[in-house]
Amino acid sequence: MSLPECDVPEVPLPDALVRDCNGLPSLSQQQVVRHYLRLSQHNYGVDSGFYPLGSCTMKYNPKISEACARLDGFAEAHPLQPEHTVQGCLSVMFQMQEMLKQIGGFAAVSLQPAAGAHGELSGLLMIRAYFKDKGEPERCHILVPDTAHGTNPASSTMAGFEVVEIPTDEKGNICLAALKAACSDKVAALMLTNPNTLGLFEQQVEDVIACVHDCGGLVYGDGANMNALTGIIRPGELGIDVMHFNLHKTFGAPHGGGGPGSGPVGAGELLRSYLPGPVVMHAPGSESRNETYSTAMPDSSIGRMAAHFGNFGVILRSFAYILLHAAEGLKHNAHHAVLNANYLKARLADDYPVPFDRICMHEFVCQGRPENTYARAFDISKRLMDFGFHPPTNYFPLIVPEALMIEPPESEGLETLDRFVEAMQAIAEEARTSPEKLTNAPVTLPIGRLDEVRAARHPILIDPASSTSS
Amino acid sequence: MTFIPHTQRERDEMLAAIGCAHIEELFADIPSSIRYPKLELPDRLSEPELARTLKELADRNQVPAPEMSFLGGGCYRHYIPATVDFVLQRAEFYTSYTPYQPELSQGMLQAMFEYQTMICQLTGMEVANASHYDGATSLAEACLLALNLNERTKIALAPGVNPRYRDVVETYLAGHHANIVTDNRQPCDQADLHDLVDEDTAALVVQTPDFFGQFEDLDGLAENVHAAGALLIVVTDPISLGLFRPPGECGADIAVLDGQSLGLPASFGGPHLGVFATRTSLMRRMVGRVVGRTSDAAGRRGYVLTLATREQHIRRERATSNICTNAALSALAASVYLATLGAQGLTKVARLCHAKAHYAADQLAQLDGCVINRHAPDKPFFKEFALSLPKPAAVVNRKLLDDYGIIGGYDLSVEGKGFDNTMLVSITELHSRAAINQLVSAVRDICA
Repeated sequence: MSLPECDVPEVPLPDALVRDCNGLPSLSQQQVVRHYLRLSQHNYGVDSGFYPLGSCTMKYNPKISEACARLDGFAEAHPLQPEHTVQGCLSVMFQMQEMLKQIGGFAAVSLQPAAGAHGELSGLLMIRAYFKDKGEPERCHILVPDTAHGTNPASSTMAGFEVVEIPTDEKGNICLAALKAACSDKVAALMLTNPNTLGLFEQQVEDVIACVHDCGGLVYGDGANMNALTGIIRPGELGIDVMHFNLHKTFGAPHGGGGPGSGPVGAGELLRSYLPGPVVMHAPGSESRNETYSTAMPDSSIGRMAAHFGNFGVILRSFAYILLHAAEGLKHNAHHAVLNANYLKARLADDYPVPFDRICMHEFVCQGRPENTYARAFDISKRLMDFGFHPPTNYFPLIVPEALMIEPPESEGLETLDRFVEAMQAIAEEARTSPEKLTNAPVTLPIGRLDEVRAARHPILIDPASSTSS
Repeated sequence: MTFIPHTQRERDEMLAAIGCAHIEELFADIPSSIRYPKLELPDRLSEPELARTLKELADRNQVPAPEMSFLGGGCYRHYIPATVDFVLQRAEFYTSYTPYQPELSQGMLQAMFEYQTMICQLTGMEVANASHYDGATSLAEACLLALNLNERTKIALAPGVNPRYRDVVETYLAGHHANIVTDNRQPCDQADLHDLVDEDTAALVVQTPDFFGQFEDLDGLAENVHAAGALLIVVTDPISLGLFRPPGECGADIAVLDGQSLGLPASFGGPHLGVFATRTSLMRRMVGRVVGRTSDAAGRRGYVLTLATREQHIRRERATSNICTNAALSALAASVYLATLGAQGLTKVARLCHAKAHYAADQLAQLDGCVINRHAPDKPFFKEFALSLPKPAAVVNRKLLDDYGIIGGYDLSVEGKGFDNTMLVSITELHSRAAINQLVSAVRDICA
């Protein structure tokens, strides 16, 4: 790429600090463009087709949000600018905090966490700080249901807690007896995903929360599955003390091939002062310079979770998404996501057994092993690619053998769902009559099934042909 | 506008298949007393109304042209080649998610493999992960890795580490029996750094160029740190690596940096890019997603997520980190940036930054009462320097903005430590000589 000539005098470099060669490739711009264009053609996104990846809420990402995030006024704003020069950004953040408070039923929200797991860590550190202040530092247990996302126990360890696993009962709920047995004065919190990763609403949720509160513990809400509940229920009103939202799931921000996401944390009265910061405050009175919004650390804040204000660009996209929907639209989303999941479950249950079969929320888990076959969820998934679909989540939650976790978001219509049902039925038939079609799949892509075992045993993590520095 | 395609007929057909009369019946498990709350949200906007509303909000920000802003401090306005957004706008990339299904995600996986490769070339390290949230969280995770590795209790932070990074490390360490030791004296030489390390130290963290833009002397430091049984973690600036010695050549065990300079807009602080690279010996303790090369049954080369047994979805409470969603699209931007600039392009950007920053410093040093890097005048610097003024930086900045339309340097007095009347001036390749002269003459007028 061409760069301007140097218009100032050359200065001598500190020789001892200069490197020989930075080792980067030398390519023409056309080579670069063709390379990445070709790579994009070997990738599958929501805009390519149906992407029923469970617990990930792969819904349509409005294009207007992309355009808005690229407005110079937002994209070029520097996080260290004086506050009176970034009132637009601060206004977006303040309004977003208020909207998430409304949606979640919380007293305060911090937008700083950069992803769901980052929000979990924030919430657990808040709980830790709360009990330290309260003089109960011995509360070191985090209760985690066996259906929980792996991030829940991993975040607990990172926050310095011990994980106590709670089993699931025969109806797919948290086993209340086991929960009661685990509740003690050592419990700091329960991490509750509701609906859980089986896609089921916790039927005794009020008892579950009361049980933990009665022993002096708090309840953390994993908001990964909020798409089922926006406009239907406010987790804060249910008694959740602190919860993260996944803006890239529930509120339409794109997933970016694995991120960046955004995981704002909402808290009730008990924990609001512990939120990470800075957060945005509304400060009328200094309007002379148009300074309506300012930033501040909450009183007992756990501190910064990231260098700046969080993933503003992602927050902005979700802000746009909420404005496009309003309260009624968000409720509509939940309704149709749940309608879609129950429809798919009803249509697929004959071929793919559904344990814990009751009305589900936005997703459901079935077994990727049609009756009288030896098929595996893994093979079903690979074969789905040949039918033009992205596979569901595999082998999760861990308590269902051959699990296929299927989430059809509200932006998918009946025609798409029916095509998916036909593909799944055809694959079930193949599993019965010609199982090698499954084990050989995929056969229609530029590449066949990849050897993941070899990749882990003999890791090649950078191109050996590249010359590393000097 | 909502994005729901269902017609009433379709809804009825679906409900019939489920065996339900109304959608509301599907929510019967939810406690009825709190079902369907009234949400006080703003009224729905149509797409044109939304576009106008957001344009108005964007216009409420004062964002001068890049060469009229001298703010840095860890976030920079470098030129972003047009190729970067061309690639980022490919929806096959940005509407996909973590590539758990490799055969359908070869594009992103190969791009991440190439990213890892280029990061290793740039940093001189041996392995890199496929991204973290930002530079600060990369550093915090590196500190946790060190603490878990050698079961020690101290993290030593050089005084030149970005104060925001220090804050994040402190937050992350709250759950561990560990504390941070530091030395706030300026200047701080290598002997001072070495004094921070003892038998309880898990790692020494050094930033170079440091928060004030100056290079630390790392010669022989790694040997001393290793002799004490600790790790050396180096925080650096990616543009500087186009020209200056990388952490890998200085014996670093872990290199972290914020990759925002590599093709990402400032975006009011995020999303940016956390870069994390280390040595092969620490590969299985590394945090985050990693892409590896393998092949299919026909021997065709392909790419997969690998070493997953480190990660939360497999190892749960014993994982090396909780990270799941990372900053893949930011890593893609950095890859396209590095590929577009190439070896010579990045070197040239670094040279331009260095030369222009020195020109600006020389010009400003000639003004009455102005001093460059008063705290450490002999240390070489890259693209930022501390400018001490005869007046409070806040006063100068206010006038720069109000009267000249210039956003001045970051006011260092808020960081304390003897930086009264001092601002951190940041220069990139986008600052022309004329723009620098404008700053110099404005500062002269304001301070006269």
